[in-house]
Amino acid sequence: MIGLGSGGEAPATSSDAARRGFDVSFEVNGEPLNFRLDTRTTLLDALREHAHLTGTKKGCDHGQCGACTVIVNGVRINSCLTLAVMHEGDKITTIEGLGEPDHLHPMQAAFVEHDGYQCGYCTPGQICSAVAVLEEIKAGIPSHASVDLTSHPELTNAELRERMSGNICRCGAYSNIADAIAQVAESST
Amino acid sequence: MKEFTYERATSAQEAAAKAQRIEGAKFIAGGTNLLDLMKLEIETPDHLIDVNGLGLDMIETTPEGGLRIGALVRNTSLAADLRVRRDYAVLSRALLAGASGQLRNKATTAGNLLQRTRCPYFYDTNQPCNKRSPGAGCAAIDGVSRQLGIIGVSEACIATHPSDMAVAMRVLDAEVETVDPAGQARKIPVADFHRLPGDSPHIETSLYSGELITAVTLPPPVSGNHIYRKVRDRASYAFALVSVAAILQRDGTGRVAVGGVAHKPWRVEEAEAELPKGAKPFAAGLLADAKPTQDNAFKLPLVERTVAAAINEARQ
Amino acid sequence: MKFDKPAGANPIDRMRVVGRAHPRIDGPLKTSGRATYAYEHKDVVANPAYGVIVASAISKGRIEHMDVQAAERAAGVIAVVTADNAGKLGKGKFNTAKLLGGPEVDHYHQAIAVVVAETFEQARAAAALVGIKYSRKEGSFDLVEALKEAPLAKDPNSPDKDAPPESRTGDFQQAFSRAPVKLDELYTTPDQSHSMMEPHASIAEWKGDKLTVWTSNQMIDWGRSDLATTLGIPKENVRFVSPYVGGGFGGKLFLRSDAVMAALGAKAAGRPVKVTLPRPLIPNNTTHRPATRQRIRIGAAHDGHIMAIAHESGSGDLPEGQPETAINQTRLLYAGPSRLTSMRLAVLDLPEGNSMRAPGEAPGMMALEIAMDELAEKLGMDPVELRIVNDTQVDPEKPDRPFSQRNLVQCLREGAERFGWRNRNSNPANRREGSWLIGTGVAAAFRNNLLVPSGARVYLGQDGLVTVETDMTDIGTGSYTIIAQTAAEMMGIDMEKVVVRLGDSSFPVSSGSGGQFGANSSTSGVYAACVKLREAVAQRLGFNSAEATFEDGQVRAGNRSAKLVDAVHAGELVAEDTMEWGALGKTFQQSTFGAHFVEVAVDAFTGEIRVRRMLAVCAAGRILNPTTARSQVIGAMTMGVGAALMEELAVDKRRGFFVNHDLAGYEVPVHADIPHQEVIFLEEADDKVSPMKAKGVAELGICGVAAAVANAVYNATGVRVRNYPVTLDKQIAALPVVA
Repeated sequence: MIGLGSGGEAPATSSDAARRGFDVSFEVNGEPLNFRLDTRTTLLDALREHAHLTGTKKGCDHGQCGACTVIVNGVRINSCLTLAVMHEGDKITTIEGLGEPDHLHPMQAAFVEHDGYQCGYCTPGQICSAVAVLEEIKAGIPSHASVDLTSHPELTNAELRERMSGNICRCGAYSNIADAIAQVAESST
Repeated sequence: MKEFTYERATSAQEAAAKAQRIEGAKFIAGGTNLLDLMKLEIETPDHLIDVNGLGLDMIETTPEGGLRIGALVRNTSLAADLRVRRDYAVLSRALLAGASGQLRNKATTAGNLLQRTRCPYFYDTNQPCNKRSPGAGCAAIDGVSRQLGIIGVSEACIATHPSDMAVAMRVLDAEVETVDPAGQARKIPVADFHRLPGDSPHIETSLYSGELITAVTLPPPVSGNHIYRKVRDRASYAFALVSVAAILQRDGTGRVAVGGVAHKPWRVEEAEAELPKGAKPFAAGLLADAKPTQDNAFKLPLVERTVAAAINEARQ
Repeated sequence: MKFDKPAGANPIDRMRVVGRAHPRIDGPLKTSGRATYAYEHKDVVANPAYGVIVASAISKGRIEHMDVQAAERAAGVIAVVTADNAGKLGKGKFNTAKLLGGPEVDHYHQAIAVVVAETFEQARAAAALVGIKYSRKEGSFDLVEALKEAPLAKDPNSPDKDAPPESRTGDFQQAFSRAPVKLDELYTTPDQSHSMMEPHASIAEWKGDKLTVWTSNQMIDWGRSDLATTLGIPKENVRFVSPYVGGGFGGKLFLRSDAVMAALGAKAAGRPVKVTLPRPLIPNNTTHRPATRQRIRIGAAHDGHIMAIAHESGSGDLPEGQPETAINQTRLLYAGPSRLTSMRLAVLDLPEGNSMRAPGEAPGMMALEIAMDELAEKLGMDPVELRIVNDTQVDPEKPDRPFSQRNLVQCLREGAERFGWRNRNSNPANRREGSWLIGTGVAAAFRNNLLVPSGARVYLGQDGLVTVETDMTDIGTGSYTIIAQTAAEMMGIDMEKVVVRLGDSSFPVSSGSGGQFGANSSTSGVYAACVKLREAVAQRLGFNSAEATFEDGQVRAGNRSAKLVDAVHAGELVAEDTMEWGALGKTFQQSTFGAHFVEVAVDAFTGEIRVRRMLAVCAAGRILNPTTARSQVIGAMTMGVGAALMEELAVDKRRGFFVNHDLAGYEVPVHADIPHQEVIFLEEADDKVSPMKAKGVAELGICGVAAAVANAVYNATGVRVRNYPVTLDKQIAALPVVA
């Protein structure tokens, strides 16, 4: 939200305060983390550069690609367009929290099985999004592809493709990603 | 991004008062547009007032039978609300046609209204832009303008408002509720909320200094076919070339607002009388004073044909 | 090893591991977020500082004054490097424009400084404080205008340096004028951006005069050499490391400003520095696929046989740049006795044009394959049949030079059958479903097969593991996996027993990833190294290496047999070799072939175009791994849809830059744009190309797709659009009237 703000009085806090940093605590993949951060630090940079969790990717830093998708309090968001200091007390799940190389989350395993990736850079975002998309459908949240707004959305190819459209894959693995998600969706219903 | 201080607001009035008192202060809610622009130093606030804790995230039924949507209701929540899906389908459809799932989960109702233009020259701080730096000139008018405005434009600016939601709000005759630094509330019809560029394209809304949006209210539902038709090159996750929000009746009457053509959602109530005669006479009235560029003249037939598509859809 | 005669039978032919659909061995790391990309080497580089690039605000001119004081004084700033204090810099062999500009500016968003600070936020803010006064110069930004004066250009890739700039066979003019059916049209393709998901990024660390750069690059040796040249230091002092590359598509073939500025920043700061290009800088700071204007003339007999074909293409680039070789395929794809191809190269002051996925053929096929569709219509012939009628098994310019293998006709027939082509209505605008106009289109696919020398080192360890080291990169292509398959096949062991290490200049120089030569060339290098390792194993075991077979972890010769691991009781074995290429590429024309079939729906009201079905049939030699090969093809088909329907770097011809320079403005396909895609590989093994008998597919997959989409749109609407991308504004005026 952008408001119009202009007036006379000096700021309540000086820019020194900004420099000293701002304390924030949130939980990442079940682990409580405390940071003193520059107010300008995005959640994405806090994860990558401060928590050293580099699985979450910076593809555009402007909300135009989806590579930075993480799940905050159960909801997927672009971590590049939110400030870390705005996440006090939040529970954040990143790709590292979904599974590990020798113990993959079913969605991660399905991506491997269906070759739902190539260079791998958009992949963590795709997978976080895919996990959240199945929850959104379960929760009855409609999409642009929903034929009937008033009934529960169906799990069709068109629905998956529309809902995943905020995650760009320039390698063009879309067809395989759709197969991977469909497989997980089927096995969980 | 320039340095800024940050605080979490605890009351709407206090937030408004601070926004007026502290120089260079801005509200932040979803942040999906503001942070994008701050990274490019198109927005350079000195102080951010985080309003996410204000609790303005309820959708309530009004005594008149409409809906009062809290300023902080996320786009996803609003689109998924069963009352909105049933009674204001055009709004739900418009929201779902916008941005991506991730962005809709974060973006708020008020923030969506306050989105700034996607004009590529506005987005490039090396280029002159009257909206960014008043008086600097406009590189877009004779530049690449395929996406830009065709009506209500000025010598200073041909930017469009990028919101889908706002187009639906316009066709629904929504009102924007605010609180000012003195604690005074007021209601602004959405028709008057966004301004045309004129010679001051940097002033985009009718909000006063420090004034904070608290809610958007919808009048009682309007029955009929609720249609939102968004036209774009790519099938999703793209801004509209043209969009049409329509509520159409069986007898061919109705109301139509159009996005992607002007500095605000474009609606001409007088032209709606022509709707029963078809898209062509309606569009002629709607776009009577259009001044397209060579790049975006195609939007004239496109608006007409998209309205025709909506009329066709309403007949099905 | 030199490959100079057709491959006989070899261990790869067993295809116990090679040719099988094995999932990527790097999959668990990539899908769990553990693969480390360029900006992420936190375990090997302690406490890096952050560099942010300052880019030119003008397209052409001169920096008159640069004020860096405010930036230097800003919080956390360690160093500011500009052309003034960077020392003397050279220019890389593969770079057209300098990577650090100043005082002369060659193009928009050219890097002109790097600001290094303790944190990313500080560096970014300080970079915005650098004050610059420019004097602008007039530039050439309009391709149409610039081509009016542009000279003919030679094909820079032509092996024959004395070849005339125009290629003529027979007498085109005469044959064309005699032809009863003629086509003469102009087609245009726009500038396009690679838009790989991982931005260019590098971490640089100096230890004394030794420099290590962790980066994102397709061609390790090129990048390393050009960085050394740029910095004026010996190549041996530079190590380039790039184990994972988040997409390239040609955009990371070359040294770019991120690596140079990280190296300069690290030198100035006295500590490691990491630099990534902000997304909004990428289209103008880096390279792009140049726009083309292509005139095609084809004269045909009534039976469809081409009598005369001419393809003249024009493109632009910075001074000393290169033409987009959009005429490549026209020299080879169709028969016809009278032929003319030529290119013109205009000087443009736009950013540097260079290779993007299938340079030459991708835009060339976008034009040629619409032309063939138009010709078929003029002839009243089915477009599949027209292509079949004009098949050739020899180089049409040199009829004594056969193709090594060419199954274009089979691709077309197989595709037509599977796609249900016979049900098509060839009269356009005749199929409607509700408000959708439905159409189908076809195009041939063609891309030359290139061969590049490629080396590898192979270890057999006492743990029984075979480790392959090569500076080959995996840019999403599946190199890790097919190299492991190759080594496993050669050494007769399971994939699980192979370790593959890539993307490090301390490993043998490979082909790198580009030009769809990577898979075949790099596995051939691994093959060569494995042949040597087999010899070493046989020797240790006292076996006759010519007789030895390697299978199931055993080595057998005659009636003797031993475990492979027995060969390393006395210590591990190492073998290294490079595959080099003889003259078979000259004796035989080596190319890859395919056919694309597409169905689209066009909204009768709005003209919106959506792809509904896609099928590709490919003939590209042996397919080393059907899973990763298929992914290359569907990815290329997806990029082809982008080229057809949305991708265009919009040029501001007054100010000289690409206006839509981010991922919101430059639209590439999203999930919703791409339907389920079918890919079929013909069973082939081309013994003229390599011991692997394989060719590339990654670029074949994009060649022709866009034209198949455009032809399908025409079949749906009856409106022919010859200027890509095919967007609704170009056809809306001609669409059927709606109420």
